[in-house]
Amino acid sequence: MNLSDFFPDSAVTTRAEVPDWRAAIDLAGAGLVAQGVTTEAYTAEMLAALDELGPYIVIAPGFALAHSRPSPAVLRTGMSFVSLRTAVEFGAAANDPVDLIIGLAATDQDSHLQVMSALARVLSDSKIMAQLRAADSPAAVREILDGATSDTKESSPDQN
Amino acid sequence: MRIVVVCGMGIGTSILLKMTAEKALRAMDIDGDVEAADIGTARGAARTANIVLTSQELVEELGDVPARVIVIENFTDVNEVSEKLKDAIDS
Repeated sequence: MNLSDFFPDSAVTTRAEVPDWRAAIDLAGAGLVAQGVTTEAYTAEMLAALDELGPYIVIAPGFALAHSRPSPAVLRTGMSFVSLRTAVEFGAAANDPVDLIIGLAATDQDSHLQVMSALARVLSDSKIMAQLRAADSPAAVREILDGATSDTKESSPDQN
Repeated sequence: MRIVVVCGMGIGTSILLKMTAEKALRAMDIDGDVEAADIGTARGAARTANIVLTSQELVEELGDVPARVIVIENFTDVNEVSEKLKDAIDS
């Protein structure tokens, strides 16, 4: 499965305007619900995790990996994509403000490792990240992801 | 060398940081075992680890552990993780 296959139209919101980080998480959750990846309870679980542990999901400049743990609210492993026209503060120690959020739901600890490996390659490439932030449609997001993962496949023989 | 990466849930940010740390170890040609843990199991896992990698937000949650705790800002930056690991190993 290609990384881009995880981002059907219903999973992607580009260039949104939100008042605060909670609304950004709501959008990431809505993208999971719309694909049938999670129930709405998972969105509440993501927000509760942030309330409990703080904004530790803001793990790279301007980027948050919104997620909670495997739960009955997770129907299958999947992701969602949210880019923001105006970045919002999460109150993170580093990497604020955030204008790109990937929502993640996983059924267990291991089944999503392959897709996480592909995602890691995308996240560590600042040029690809800039393209993703500028993308203005789900199709554009998928095209960038396809280009990013096929390029790195050729140049990294150790990927698994 | 045993490294534990800690995130809140054990499925997302710690997995990414584990991948970055493994790349960093390979790049430095250091033999190491990297394990991902959520904050609930991290204290136990950290007991047998040399080094714990986590974010500023989770350091307080983690509390006192015998391992060396390193705060990583950018979980996808192999250079940052390499430099901080190198400093910890050298000192």
